[in-house]
Amino acid sequence: MSFIVAQAITGLASAASLFLIAVGLSIVFGVTRVVNFAHGSLYMLGAYIAYSLVAAMGDSAFGYLAAIVLAALAVGLVGGLVEVTLLRRIYHAPELFQLLATFGVVLIVQDVTRGIWGADDLFAPRMPGLDGAVRILGHAIPEYDLFLIAVALAVVGGLWLLFRRTRFGVLVRAATEDREMVAALGIDQRWLFTAAFGLGAVLAGLGGALQVPRQAASLSMDLNIIVDAFVVVVIGGMGSIMGAFVAAVLISELLAFGLVMFPEITLVLIFLVMAVTLVLKPSGLFGRPERAATEAARNPDPPLRLAVPRVRLGWFALLAAAVGAPLVVGEFTVIVLTEIAILALFAASLHFLLWGGGLITFGHAAYFGLGAYGAGLAVFHLSAGMAPALLLAPLAGAAGALLFGWFCVRLSGIYMAMLTLAFAQIAWSAAFQWISFTGGDNGILGVWPAAWASEPAAFYYFALAVCGLVVWGLRHAVFSPFGYTLRATRDSALRAAALGVDVTRHRWLAFVLAGAAAGVAGGFFAFAKGSVFPDVLFVSTSVDGLVMVLLGGLQSLAGPIVGAIAFTGIETELTRLTELWQLGLGLLIVALVVVLPRGLAGLPRRLRGGGGS
Amino acid sequence: MPRLNVGASLAVLATTLAILAPLSSVHAQQSEIRIGEINSYTGPLAAFTVPYRNGWQLAVDQINAKGGVLGRSLVVVSRDDGGKPADAVKFAEELVRRENVDLIAGTFLSNIGLAVADFAQRNKVLFVASEPLSDAIVWAKGNDHTFRLRPSTYMQAAMLAEEAAKLPAKRWSTVAPNYEYGQSAVKAFKDVLKARRPDIEFVEEQWPALFKIDAGATVQALAQAKPDAIYNVTFSIDLAKFVREGQLRGLFEGREVVSLLTGEPEYLDPLKGEAPEGWIVTGYPWQAIDSPAHTEFLDAYQAKFGDYPRAGSIVGYNTILTIAAMLRKAGSTDTAAMVAAMKGLEVDTPFGRITYRALDHQSTMGAYVGRTALADGKGVMVDFRYADGADYLPDDATVRTLRPGN
Repeated sequence: MSFIVAQAITGLASAASLFLIAVGLSIVFGVTRVVNFAHGSLYMLGAYIAYSLVAAMGDSAFGYLAAIVLAALAVGLVGGLVEVTLLRRIYHAPELFQLLATFGVVLIVQDVTRGIWGADDLFAPRMPGLDGAVRILGHAIPEYDLFLIAVALAVVGGLWLLFRRTRFGVLVRAATEDREMVAALGIDQRWLFTAAFGLGAVLAGLGGALQVPRQAASLSMDLNIIVDAFVVVVIGGMGSIMGAFVAAVLISELLAFGLVMFPEITLVLIFLVMAVTLVLKPSGLFGRPERAATEAARNPDPPLRLAVPRVRLGWFALLAAAVGAPLVVGEFTVIVLTEIAILALFAASLHFLLWGGGLITFGHAAYFGLGAYGAGLAVFHLSAGMAPALLLAPLAGAAGALLFGWFCVRLSGIYMAMLTLAFAQIAWSAAFQWISFTGGDNGILGVWPAAWASEPAAFYYFALAVCGLVVWGLRHAVFSPFGYTLRATRDSALRAAALGVDVTRHRWLAFVLAGAAAGVAGGFFAFAKGSVFPDVLFVSTSVDGLVMVLLGGLQSLAGPIVGAIAFTGIETELTRLTELWQLGLGLLIVALVVVLPRGLAGLPRRLRGGGGS
Repeated sequence: MPRLNVGASLAVLATTLAILAPLSSVHAQQSEIRIGEINSYTGPLAAFTVPYRNGWQLAVDQINAKGGVLGRSLVVVSRDDGGKPADAVKFAEELVRRENVDLIAGTFLSNIGLAVADFAQRNKVLFVASEPLSDAIVWAKGNDHTFRLRPSTYMQAAMLAEEAAKLPAKRWSTVAPNYEYGQSAVKAFKDVLKARRPDIEFVEEQWPALFKIDAGATVQALAQAKPDAIYNVTFSIDLAKFVREGQLRGLFEGREVVSLLTGEPEYLDPLKGEAPEGWIVTGYPWQAIDSPAHTEFLDAYQAKFGDYPRAGSIVGYNTILTIAAMLRKAGSTDTAAMVAAMKGLEVDTPFGRITYRALDHQSTMGAYVGRTALADGKGVMVDFRYADGADYLPDDATVRTLRPGN
């Protein structure tokens, strides 16, 4: 019994940490609709700044506390700066475009932090006055854990007062509820957005600074926390403070007791909880369904027109360049082009969902990875040749999409995105930890092409032909009756349903189609690299795909291809040239986002001085 | 506006091709030997790989100052894989196909080491895997073209199991990150310890997710099982959290702790004044090794970088020493000759003479085993001895069954 109490208190301390980071994310999303990938970076920054301040002034309890508060405020300033200089310029850009911008910020903060503080983990001293443990029912509980719980409760109370008792809070709640209406009432949204983003940043910074007495500041803090924070926000319900609190407690207590009973399941547990929650309650525990009004108010994309002759000429020229390339470039360039062809298909399949269906997914790596594992496992367990293994890849991708998609298409917006992420992370956890079947982190080796395709140029032509055909097929699907119907469900699900379209089924089919296409790409990726590792399923692969699509431009069919070419080419070259390649890539992304909100594919129109649609 | 977009894609493709096109295909000059090197120099692993890079740079400078090898200077072409196996393979392709390197070396993460090893085998390139720990590199997935320098997971776990067997403790608990490295490290430790001490039982296992340890809850679960001793495999940020929570909650009071790699400065130094005392660890007590070979290395390293070496520095240094010794023995940069020279190669290193076993391509480089202590507010190793890697490998017959590739 005493153990249960002690474990529960420990769980609450973890919940306090998780809540602080999640609630800021929730507020930012609620008001600005920005999916802020950089929230984890702000958290990391809070920890690093606090570490330095503690070293300078943390000898007394008061000084230590002041260091934590100052660090949080400093991060708030950084957040405000990011909002004013970057996000404010791109709120009018297509949905999700801000995500690309914040991803650029993640890369920049990563390299800047390494530049300032170095790569070593930085372990601060314990907090004076709270550096011991108290005995509760015979178990030692760190005093600082109790302090953390108190801080979290104080933040809950403070936020409650802020949102219920101040004009600012009322406006934030109103904006969360209905942004357009708040604007119509003459509220200056710019100021409101900056303030909300700054508040979120302060909370992220506070969360990070408060970790300093518990854990070392390290460069992996940003990506380690961000996915968990999203999970908490989504389980609780986007924009809900109480929800974030309850979800943080739920998850932390499940983990605290889960690791006693099933010590090996901790990695999957959090995603299983999210998946179950979203299946049962599609808007999270305390969230409200996204309103249909927002959908109707959205500016539908201009209808896509069939290619005119000049466009066809352009595509043929692109194809001719791709086919002719191996004759003039070196072997390594051919290998990079192979990777580009494969990733272009991956990006195109993601684009098909994002743009064609308006279905936001953060877990597209699942189908790419399942394709890669389908091919890899066929080689590993069945000693299959290249051809049958590659045939299995789309089947594996489609099977995954069939299963995951059935659940995902029942949700909408950010909840759907997070459920796709949950499934992808579950698949990743399985690949990472189910060592007897997948080889775990050591992966599957020896997935090399058949003899006839072993030369780089031969494999390149093979990949180009198949991937090109599938991209062409996806493009064809967009213009098929199915594609038109799908786009109708995107532009107005309500009206499409009123016309007798089975919206859910069309979306599900779109998932399966995109999953199969991504699976093909994954299969080829496995043979291009000769091996398969769990990171093909990881969230970073999904993010890479999103970056390619958004970089290229969401609103054109050439976008994902342009994006894959640009992203892979730039990354490969920058990595070779400089150790600060993350900084370079991040700055480039941020610059592109500001200058070209329609992506690279919108460049010519921009040059001709054309405006928005 | 699709027509314009295709124009844009053409423009981008053309630009990319222009960037990627080999401006001048590098042809190995007769005056140099080109070594391709891949490691994770950016991201969270930089803390471990930068000292390693210093190590190999020092060795390259020293060797070239003495006229190089075979009358040719050593040139290292280094690439950053960013911690991704797929990118490591991409750069391995680049190094071999565009940079025309004579061999490949490096890698830190086990999965990247394995991916590059498989690439090396397929492309018939020699690969000196310097840092990856996984046993699979030389055993389950061992191949003709891959040789590994650093003492493996099994070897280091066996060193600790030997010490653990001497302790009176009977009830053991383990805590290890839940992935291949953690699982192998626990299995090897259990196997060796149980073979020596059948009376021992393992009463609790904790498997925190890598870099996401829920330290308080994990510590409490371990304490609840009331073990006599604990075997720890967590490292880096997980270790720091585990140590602080464990100390706060009194987990380590009256218990022996045996801990893998914790004596390496990479992992011990970030703990500063909270470094645990009395843990039995494998590591690298650079301050206190008094052999002339090591002192010479230490002085040169500190003179060049103004910093002390980490375990990775020694590994980087020994990597280049290995390659130089191999080249002298092979007398050429022909891959078959180099592979033949690696088998049974003897190299004099700051840790003494090591041998690359012909049997499984594992070097006999060892590690220091000792107890942790605090000196001047930071963790050090005391009562240590050098455990020669040759003494901690299974017998030859077992190794042959472990290495089906032979």
